[in-house]
Amino acid sequence: MIEFFPFRKTIPFMSWGKATTAISLLTFLFSVWALWDRGLNLGVDFTGGTVIEVSYDQPANLPAIRGALEETGLPEVSVQSFGTSRDVLIRLPVRGDADAAQTSNRVMDALTAADAGVELRRVDFVGPQVGKELYDSGALALLVVVFGIMAYLAIRFEWRFAVAGMLANLHDIVIILGLFAFFQWEFTLTVLAGVLAVLGYSVNESVVIFDRIRENIRKMRGATIPHIIDDAITRTMSRTIITHGSTQIMVLSMLFFGGEALHNFALALTIGIMFGIYSSVLVGSPLLLMFGIKREHFIKPVEKKEEAVV
Amino acid sequence: MNRFPLWKYVLIGFTLVAAFLYALPNFFGQVPAVQVSPVRTTEKVDTVLLAQMESLLKASSLATSGMELADNSIKARFASTDLQIKAKDVLENGLGERYTVALNLLPASPAWLSAISALPMNLGLDLRGGVHFLLEVDMKTALEKAAIRYQNDFRTELRSDKIRYGRISREGDAVTVHFSTRDQRDAAVNKLGTAFTDLAYTTEDQAEAFTLTARLKPEAEKQVQEFALQQNITTLRNRVNELGVAEPVIQQQGANRVVVQLPGVQDTAKAKDILGRTATLEIRMVDELADPLALAQGQAPFGTDIVPTREGTLIAVKKDVVLTGDSITNATPGFDNTSGQAAVHINLDGKGARIFKGVTRENVNKRMAILLIEKGRAEAITAPVIREEIGGGRVQITGMESAQEASDVALLLRAGALAAPMQIVEERTVGPSMGAENIAKGFNANIWGFFAVVIFIIFYYRVFGLFSSIALAINGFFLIALLSMLQATLTLPGMAAIALTLGMAIDANVLINERIREELRNGATPQAAISAGYERAWGTILDANVTTLIAGFSLFWLGSGPVRGFAVVLCLGILTSMFSAVTVSRAMANLTYGRQARLTKLSI
Repeated sequence: MIEFFPFRKTIPFMSWGKATTAISLLTFLFSVWALWDRGLNLGVDFTGGTVIEVSYDQPANLPAIRGALEETGLPEVSVQSFGTSRDVLIRLPVRGDADAAQTSNRVMDALTAADAGVELRRVDFVGPQVGKELYDSGALALLVVVFGIMAYLAIRFEWRFAVAGMLANLHDIVIILGLFAFFQWEFTLTVLAGVLAVLGYSVNESVVIFDRIRENIRKMRGATIPHIIDDAITRTMSRTIITHGSTQIMVLSMLFFGGEALHNFALALTIGIMFGIYSSVLVGSPLLLMFGIKREHFIKPVEKKEEAVV
Repeated sequence: MNRFPLWKYVLIGFTLVAAFLYALPNFFGQVPAVQVSPVRTTEKVDTVLLAQMESLLKASSLATSGMELADNSIKARFASTDLQIKAKDVLENGLGERYTVALNLLPASPAWLSAISALPMNLGLDLRGGVHFLLEVDMKTALEKAAIRYQNDFRTELRSDKIRYGRISREGDAVTVHFSTRDQRDAAVNKLGTAFTDLAYTTEDQAEAFTLTARLKPEAEKQVQEFALQQNITTLRNRVNELGVAEPVIQQQGANRVVVQLPGVQDTAKAKDILGRTATLEIRMVDELADPLALAQGQAPFGTDIVPTREGTLIAVKKDVVLTGDSITNATPGFDNTSGQAAVHINLDGKGARIFKGVTRENVNKRMAILLIEKGRAEAITAPVIREEIGGGRVQITGMESAQEASDVALLLRAGALAAPMQIVEERTVGPSMGAENIAKGFNANIWGFFAVVIFIIFYYRVFGLFSSIALAINGFFLIALLSMLQATLTLPGMAAIALTLGMAIDANVLINERIREELRNGATPQAAISAGYERAWGTILDANVTTLIAGFSLFWLGSGPVRGFAVVLCLGILTSMFSAVTVSRAMANLTYGRQARLTKLSI
């Protein structure tokens, strides 16, 4: 039997409370600062505007492309290379006027006139109204997921678990968003989908640990609450690392082989899964302690159960 | 204790065979094909057309690898894209304008699979290349147009009843009629109230001025909007048919939007031109007396609008609309019989023909203008002189510069007017090379990730790792089979979701295997450990998946397009993983260990 984590003794996670809280607080504050100072680099999905990806049959001449586009008179065109030296990404801000939908064709006409070796790879045009709606429904989706999961945890366990689990995982979300803001990675609709999926997934981890804590509270009658939590985390540690490891392998495979289109999505998942392990173990459980869970919160159902068995 | 009854194995075996069969079509790839369908959706394709196509292809010695007649179109398969393109040209020239000939890709899976309706998944535009448009209908204009119609109807109605009125004005979608006495106003309210029940009337009394204001009732307003949307969808369908796209999607989205998806379309400029020409057509009389100099300064004579012509000159057209595009039933390009000039032939419906006859009789030798109104700007497509009274609803317009122009104008007229203008509010174009690349990348991400996970799990859990890995592969088949049966559309985020669910699916097996190890550690016998491991882990597996399902459901509910694809795959993947990880891997464990009464050691 191979065991990466042959923990026979309970690891005193809870006694590291101060250190882990400090780490969490620091990363959290850093993320909040990054979000506040730099803000998310919202993709065209949310801001509206036009993004055009083109590729050339030889390395692209960016100054020439800029020159050609300047002649179209379109304002604030940004041209940058993307992936390989032959791929170019062109961004145009949102325009209110009715001709906005024609922007991509004007750009392509100008580019084809300057160099016939250009090939259109992708166009995303989002009108301002649609962008706003996508933004709103994205924010709504985040709220629905957060409250849906909290309600589930509250029904399944009790409110302290729900709040602790959710705070722990929101802490992950803030860190993902913070890193996206700090590095100015583009935040698109697919990235948001990834973030929400990872939110649902990380909460799993809390569920498994909380499950064990509840079981321990019933079984380990003499033990203190911190010891019970430590035991629960230690017993589930191996499973936590292995499952997250497998999911992480898949996500890394997406990051390396999935190409540009999936890059930021996989990036969000990678960060989310990594912090997911950390936060379930070292954020959620101390929070639980802080909210003051007590044996009494769980003893009654146990007694009932025993009567039923007898 | 670790034995399944026979029926359980049979059931699992049956689901495995079904999953394999229904997932299979996705692995055959696609063959190039040419699809022929009638331009008018009312026409039918039949075996006569099939025979005609066969003889056309035979005459050019182009060999098909099969032709089929289904869904009111005929699809001919070819061995190579080279043959396909040649065949398209041959058929286009041979069949004439009644049919659209489009390039398409058909699943290459054998016929017996199609016969049990095992079809491959649909590929989203991000995987096959093409254009996605979201168009928004300008409902304000639709309501204003309705108000304008009522403005005219009020006039006729009040006149026919000899009720005297002052002036009829319109502001937005409200029509106000002015009267000099209260009696006249009240009579009008009675009259109009019975004649037009869709309107809500309010009255206002001021010194010497009595008015009534009519506005559409909310339910009538909704009806007008629905009608406008439906008419626009029909018009779009006609226009898309003209484009010759094999499998277009035109769908209503929400109360005022239409999604148009054109797979495989590469010339987006042309597509946008034809769709985005959010044109409405109006025929109005030209005011010949207008002073060109005054027009240039923007001074329109009373009751007229200044409109530019295609040549760049300005003309004044009367505000009264003779006919709208609704009355035009058909328009074809052609040539004038006598002069040989390029011309457009227009057919009008019965009501339109009557009005047109009356107007042309009264206006011989005057000009009438056909206006194309795009995004609030009007342009005169053509302003021909009326030579004589035109009855019977058949109109010929000459004076086109070229045959190309005639066919452009005809297309605009034929595609019909939109009930209200539309604007493209979203566009997603994916080039064909990008689509193919996305498939390859999505596939690679899955395959490499899958093998890495399998190697890791087998290394770590040995025989039980092998069970888990086989269960994971089967989960992949289940998921693909389910998506194919539902005929879901696979997008790149959907492929990412497959990878993600495969990564998460192993979670259930890890939970089970860890539990078995723990039972063994606590001194349980191997058989008891297997049994307890599977049974105790089930509750946790269920719990752990519910939260991801919550995220999946809200993404499906609130997401759009590719995000929805992601959500569907995520949710289905979680469901299939619960079955495969628990039941299928248990079956394997039972088959291997269940009958060994003196089992002393487990490879885990």
